[in-house]
Amino acid sequence: MTDRNDDLDDLRAAMDAATPAPDAARRAADIALARENFAALQGSRDDARQTPVTEGSSLWTGVKTMLTKLTTKGGLTVTTAIVACGFLVLTPQGRDLVNLPSGQPEVSEFGGTLAADPAVKVAQPAPGATDLAIDEGALMPSPAILAEREEVPIETLTQSPAVPLDEQTQIRLRSVAEPVTGIADMAPAAPLGSVAGQIERDFDGYVDDAITTPEPDTESFAAAETNPLRITAETPVSTFSIDVDTASYSVLRSSLMRGQLPPPDSIRIEELINYFPYDYAAPAPGEAPFRPTINVFETPWNGDTQLVQIAIQGMMPALEDRPALNLVFLIDTSGSMNDAAKLPLLKQSFRLMLDQLRPQDEIAIVAYAGSAGQVLAPTPASDRATILAALNALAAGGGTNGQGGLEQAYATAATMSEQGEVSRVILATDGDFNVGLSDPRGLERYIADQRDSGTYLSVLGFGRGNLDDEIMQTLAQNGNGTAAYIDTLSEAQKVLVDNLTGALFPIANDVKIQVEFNPAMVAEYRLIGYETRALRREDFNNDAVDAGELGAGHTVTAIYEITPVGSPAQLSDPLRYQPTPAAGDSQELGFLRLRYKEPGATESQLIQTPFSTSTATGEAQFAAAIAGFGQLLQGGAYLGDWSYTDAIALANANRGDDPFGYRTQAVQLMRLAASLSRN
Amino acid sequence: MITSDEDLAQAAAGGDGQAFALLLERCYDRLFGLCFRLTGSRAEAEDLTQDICAALPAKLASYRRQSKVTTWLYRVAVNAAHDRRRRAASHARAADGWGDWELSRQAEIADTRAQVDWLTAAMATLSDDQRDTLALIMDDISHAQAGEILGVCEGTVSWRLSEARKHLRAMKQDEDEGA
Repeated sequence: MTDRNDDLDDLRAAMDAATPAPDAARRAADIALARENFAALQGSRDDARQTPVTEGSSLWTGVKTMLTKLTTKGGLTVTTAIVACGFLVLTPQGRDLVNLPSGQPEVSEFGGTLAADPAVKVAQPAPGATDLAIDEGALMPSPAILAEREEVPIETLTQSPAVPLDEQTQIRLRSVAEPVTGIADMAPAAPLGSVAGQIERDFDGYVDDAITTPEPDTESFAAAETNPLRITAETPVSTFSIDVDTASYSVLRSSLMRGQLPPPDSIRIEELINYFPYDYAAPAPGEAPFRPTINVFETPWNGDTQLVQIAIQGMMPALEDRPALNLVFLIDTSGSMNDAAKLPLLKQSFRLMLDQLRPQDEIAIVAYAGSAGQVLAPTPASDRATILAALNALAAGGGTNGQGGLEQAYATAATMSEQGEVSRVILATDGDFNVGLSDPRGLERYIADQRDSGTYLSVLGFGRGNLDDEIMQTLAQNGNGTAAYIDTLSEAQKVLVDNLTGALFPIANDVKIQVEFNPAMVAEYRLIGYETRALRREDFNNDAVDAGELGAGHTVTAIYEITPVGSPAQLSDPLRYQPTPAAGDSQELGFLRLRYKEPGATESQLIQTPFSTSTATGEAQFAAAIAGFGQLLQGGAYLGDWSYTDAIALANANRGDDPFGYRTQAVQLMRLAASLSRN
Repeated sequence: MITSDEDLAQAAAGGDGQAFALLLERCYDRLFGLCFRLTGSRAEAEDLTQDICAALPAKLASYRRQSKVTTWLYRVAVNAAHDRRRRAASHARAADGWGDWELSRQAEIADTRAQVDWLTAAMATLSDDQRDTLALIMDDISHAQAGEILGVCEGTVSWRLSEARKHLRAMKQDEDEGA
């Protein structure tokens, strides 16, 4: 929905650069002023309820007019009745009140309420008011005020018959009186004040600042077009970088748990698939640090196409072989982190993680809010008491100074780094990089420079609302790290405890995948997911081009949907004037090339292997179910009538071992999505 | 689990001072940014933000759950900016603001000067309506929401933007020809 016109981009960039940060002192003063006014207003609201309204001269003019013209009891009764009817019919509150169940209270109660306390209107019944028609003097001002607001011509009213209310009006008034006084009796003052305020505005026709349609929040996602169908004869080669992030799955889960379907832009299918651990064949010792496996099997959602699943299993080094680790926690303590799902969850998460570290590992903490500062100097992980004390002392407050914090974190990491150690900055934020960092591209360069000097960056997202997914992705991809979104403590356990080794110890850098399809066998193909990870064909052999990292024990899965030559599912027609690809005698479907660098190396190594049709494993089927689920959430252009029910059945049948229950949870989420999508 | 801005605003409207402080804490930076875009001068933006903060508790009564806090807040800000402009014999002052700001800024950032010059000139030549609209759109507000905030229909927003864009393009063309 955001408008991003090219010719406004210049202006936007210039404006972003020009917009200064608020002065901290002014900020504090303004907020203090607002709080003071707020507190003052709370007192006066209670007072206001005791006195008649003084809302400007026009009202008193109305009173005078009425005093001179309106004299009979009947007129008074009728004006009150008309106002009450107007209240019932013209305001949403009134309509709600009409629909509430009613008792049989006195009409006069309602009249009294309106009359004696016009400032608050429905907030309190007037203690002294007894009967509508009796005390003319006391009742006089209020109907006049109200009558004027409803623009009822008073002359007309005085001419109307001086009789009690007609029957229908009385019934309505009765039904109003009970709930209104009931509320006044039970509820504390403040909410009533706001109800009264609202009603008052409705009477005024006052609509300033009131907008009815909801606005999307400030979350933004790295939207990329879904990979299109490719025709093998035209573009036989597909190149992309691996991606081991999982943030998209957590965002999806958090949305579904809140009862909303996730925004289609937030779905990155490769992150959904790679959220789950798979049991692929591990590399033998002495081989490359990872081992590719390729499965080709029938597509669940289309019997005439096939899925090519490329699975990579990284090796798991023994615990004692791991290099020492230097971790710098860069923690966002801006005011927006003050939320149960943010800073407190972050503290708990890091406490969990601390148990996984070894004595030779070192930890430092840098906080950034307003001005960046080192909270904990580099400390061995064995000194738990010091680390926990520093962690607990963190408190949220102030603006966010993302870049200042990053610079300090990198500087700290540089002082800790020794030969043979792994240094990593772990950025924990709610995505609110609003100071000095409005240009993701500038930051990207900065982080890429730091990566080349040996310090990696991982990003942990907390909380929802202003999560900037695009910045998180940019930062982690350029820092050779992972982006994970932590919404619950159990997710923290997965990311920071179960998968800690993989997240922190890279075994292969810049892992790129290139697949060349055989046009004699494959008519069309489509890469499912990896939109934000696409590489150009020539980038594959260019070692200067950055790509994703593989951590210890990580598994990565990529899925292509291919249409064999001659399949009825082929979507494009063969061209009349182009030579048809020679059939050849090769039964190979395609050729897989993988490039990676050993950590620290600058030259890449190549792994290559041809592949042809094979049989599906349960692991591959589960990945296919997740791929289908992701596509359903994106809109499912290629899925035909394959539905959530099919995805659930497929995932359930291939749940496998599932020791941590991740797959069971995925099935639950599918069921939730199925229910929500019906609405 | 997560307290939304809307929940906070509702609690604040009900008299919860802590919720009010937290909400303001969250929104302040964005609010200030918008004020800057609306006025074009740091001093003006600070004053405007202060005005808004001072009046916000009273305005809170007009907040309704149906609308997003940001939309409501932006509307308050835009209205406050209008009031201020009216009081200060608007257009000349607003345009001057961009000039003042530029003078103080020039010394600081020599290398971005060309672009800043262009921004200053560009914003100063737009009409108030166009500038407000542009300020909102550049804060990643959609056309429809900008319409609600400004109290005009979506089509008007799009039209104003296209006018502003036309204007900027013409300016750029003049520059290019002049250069």
